[in-house]
Amino acid sequence: MALVRLLGNLTTNFLTFLGQVAILAWETLGSIACGRIRLRLVMQQIAEIGYRSQLVVIVTGAFTGAVFTAQAYFQFAALNMETAVGPVVALSMFRELGPTLTGVMVAGRVGAAMCAEIGTMKVSQQIDALRALAVNPVDYLVVPRAVAMFISMPFLVVECVGFGILASYYTGVQVLNIPGVYFLANIQKWTDSSDITMSLVKGFFFAGVIVFISCREGLGAKDGAVGVGRATTSTVVNCSLAILISNFFLTMALNIFFPAG
Amino acid sequence: MFSGETLVLLGKSGGGKSVFLRHLIGLMRPLSGSITFEHEEITTLDERALEPVRRRIGMLFQDGALFDSMNVFDNVAFPLRERGEKNPATIAQKVAESLAMVNMTGHDKKMPVNLSGGMRKRVALARAIISPPSVILYDEPTAGLDPIVSDSINKLIRHLQKELHVTSIVVTHDMVSCFHIADRVALLDQGRIYFVGSPEELKSTTDPVIRDFVDGRSGETIY
Repeated sequence: MALVRLLGNLTTNFLTFLGQVAILAWETLGSIACGRIRLRLVMQQIAEIGYRSQLVVIVTGAFTGAVFTAQAYFQFAALNMETAVGPVVALSMFRELGPTLTGVMVAGRVGAAMCAEIGTMKVSQQIDALRALAVNPVDYLVVPRAVAMFISMPFLVVECVGFGILASYYTGVQVLNIPGVYFLANIQKWTDSSDITMSLVKGFFFAGVIVFISCREGLGAKDGAVGVGRATTSTVVNCSLAILISNFFLTMALNIFFPAG
Repeated sequence: MFSGETLVLLGKSGGGKSVFLRHLIGLMRPLSGSITFEHEEITTLDERALEPVRRRIGMLFQDGALFDSMNVFDNVAFPLRERGEKNPATIAQKVAESLAMVNMTGHDKKMPVNLSGGMRKRVALARAIISPPSVILYDEPTAGLDPIVSDSINKLIRHLQKELHVTSIVVTHDMVSCFHIADRVALLDQGRIYFVGSPEELKSTTDPVIRDFVDGRSGETIY
């Protein structure tokens, strides 16, 4: 009985949270559609989300590309298929690793900061002050972050993928002695624009996941500093899980429109 | 409420005074009852529909609730910018006037974290009055302040009433402040308005509940 009650509570909490995120997304997209966009704040957020996240995304992409290349080489070399390493890494980076790793890294860096900032504003009555001054908190806090995130994420994904493939090329050709011409030729042969499109679509979708979960957690923060800390932890965990889980379903759905190979 | 008067709302800590104030500006919604502002029922309005009402009401929060990412100037200029004022000269002039009114001239570059409690409240007041409201709600304006700063805040509330002819509701349990600024006093007890009258009537009443509050008697005898 206790187990049933526990499962019931977990399901109710999950559905409530999902509903709150969906309502926030609906309000935000409605405000964007109505043109309630503060350009100055959007630019500030692009600097914070896009510009300042580049290093972490580039390093993540580059080292993932390098290590994936090494592992693929160790396996393929036994089959004399070294030149297949390039397309395997490129396809994986475009279709899965690039958007997913960028999403998880941005959730950790930006999502946590967003939640902590908005959560602190909530518990110190700054959001009430905004409302008392006739400023809608969604318009002022969420819309600029959402717009900046939707603009920045595709660029960050491209950087992650690009540096991943560059690192893969360097590791494969310079370190593991795979012939460079075949490496590049096979990448060109096995990848096309649909892989890039899939990467960008996923990046765009994960941007929404991160911004709406982070802002919802921040706006719902309570119980002072402890509550903000709890909300921030919850943001990183929920964003990461949501990205990883939704990535599976996105892959299955997008594969219908952009089949691999 | 009568237009242009200052009503002081007294009551025990945790008695619901601040909650009452938050209902008046729509930050909380009542489970029952109604609130009418300038002949308009506001309890049924949603967030967007409340915005025009909130533009006519200024609120001073207990700890100021200044935006800690902005300096004093930007905090005070915030309502002007949000209402579409783009001319930097006009903004600078109005901010200077507001800061002068609360004796905070020369502090405009400071961040909220570097201000004392009294300074934060005065800056918050400057922010609340920069687009002159018809009503100002004060939540514990003198709580945690020394007597001299409290007196300056009290004088400021009186001054604003005379200068801007605003209607004020002041939530406090500071009796000195109450007698200094009130035109009328209301006492909240167990969720209901127990007494409404002039400060003189409050002083002269023999009602034991009111006398305990005015004279600061807890009624406890264990120590």
